[in-house]
Amino acid sequence: MSNLQRLREAFRTSLDLPADAPVDDLQYQDNEKWDSLAHMSLVAALEDEFSVMIDTDDVINMSSFTEAVNILGKYGVDFNE
Amino acid sequence: MSSVFTLSQAAKEEILLKELSALTEHHRENCEPYARILAANGYRNATSVEGLPWLPVRLFKNLELKSIPDDEVYKVLTSSGTTGGEVSKIYLDKAAAAEQTRKLGATVQSVLGPKRLPMILVDTKAMLKDRKSFSARGAGVLGMSNFGRNHVWALDNEGHVDVEALKGFLEQYGKEPFLIFGFTYLVWLHLYEVALDNGLDLSNGILIHSGGWKKLVDQAVSPEEFRKRLAAVGLTQVHNYYGMIEQIGTIFLEGASGGSLYCPDFADVVIRDPETWAEQPVGKPGLIEVISTLPTSYPGHVLLTEDLGVVHGVDDGDWPGKRFSVLGRLPRAEARGCSDTYREAA
Repeated sequence: MSNLQRLREAFRTSLDLPADAPVDDLQYQDNEKWDSLAHMSLVAALEDEFSVMIDTDDVINMSSFTEAVNILGKYGVDFNE
Repeated sequence: MSSVFTLSQAAKEEILLKELSALTEHHRENCEPYARILAANGYRNATSVEGLPWLPVRLFKNLELKSIPDDEVYKVLTSSGTTGGEVSKIYLDKAAAAEQTRKLGATVQSVLGPKRLPMILVDTKAMLKDRKSFSARGAGVLGMSNFGRNHVWALDNEGHVDVEALKGFLEQYGKEPFLIFGFTYLVWLHLYEVALDNGLDLSNGILIHSGGWKKLVDQAVSPEEFRKRLAAVGLTQVHNYYGMIEQIGTIFLEGASGGSLYCPDFADVVIRDPETWAEQPVGKPGLIEVISTLPTSYPGHVLLTEDLGVVHGVDDGDWPGKRFSVLGRLPRAEARGCSDTYREAA
């Protein structure tokens, strides 16, 4: 599975979305499933999935799926494989 | 470590006067009831931070005060306060909501650094059961949880201390710095006593706690006593904070040596004589006015609280600027007059 697919999976699982739900355009708190509580599980899931430790500022700034791609990129996760 | 506690009082007042005067004009233009209050006050401009026009915090329970159109309202925060009944309503647009999260983050990182630490939440997960309507307590815990990782809840669903969970957490993470967050009386009732009884080693913990002292004062526990007793279970890095939903994102944080709260660079306090409203000198108690650049979507940038406080000193503590303490609440009856006057003007 590509990193992008793993990221989509992590979003769906953490936000309790259906297996085929589109997630690439998700924005924090625009989707009712992505609230502050789900955000905590999402961050934990991303850290587990990609074996990274995300800093506080990045947790705060992770406001969309696209932003998650950018932030994880900073930690060395390659989404262009 | 990057910090938001850097400005001397003089430098801060120069910046805040400019920013808050502009914010006052912004709210005057965009919030009609606020403009009417300023007109009734005869406010024109301020030549000092102390001269900025304040609103009694209670007014947010009586009036709908916002400086954004209805379709830009992104979040409405509510708080019933301690006296029940009336509810404050605070309106945030997207920009204000994002900014308050960032500024709270910057403030807390001034003592924690940029890394998220393993975290003990001295509370119960049960309080978050209804995801649509958290209590103020729930919102506080959730807001703080961003600063931690590998969270453990110190209380089970029935509100009893989960000693095994705490022991497990300390075994795994207790050798390195970790974060503890909770409301002051919960920390006192459920963490301090349990740590004492079970010999838990909290010496690598950094405690951030908040929430009125009233319940502790009832048990005759002073802030000094609180710190002293916690030190006995190894917990010496302790930061109390003071903040309110009407100025969400702004917290006044206790410095490392304890006993005083400090204002971040984007905020300040003025202590006022409850009879004349004049600014009190250092050492003289009065009502706490809180000032912050964060409220851009509602006119909550200069608020007179119903809490009593005292400034202990200026530019002479752990961080620059004013250092102060909260002493308690003004008895309800005494504060009523000013709020009624404002309601009539509005």
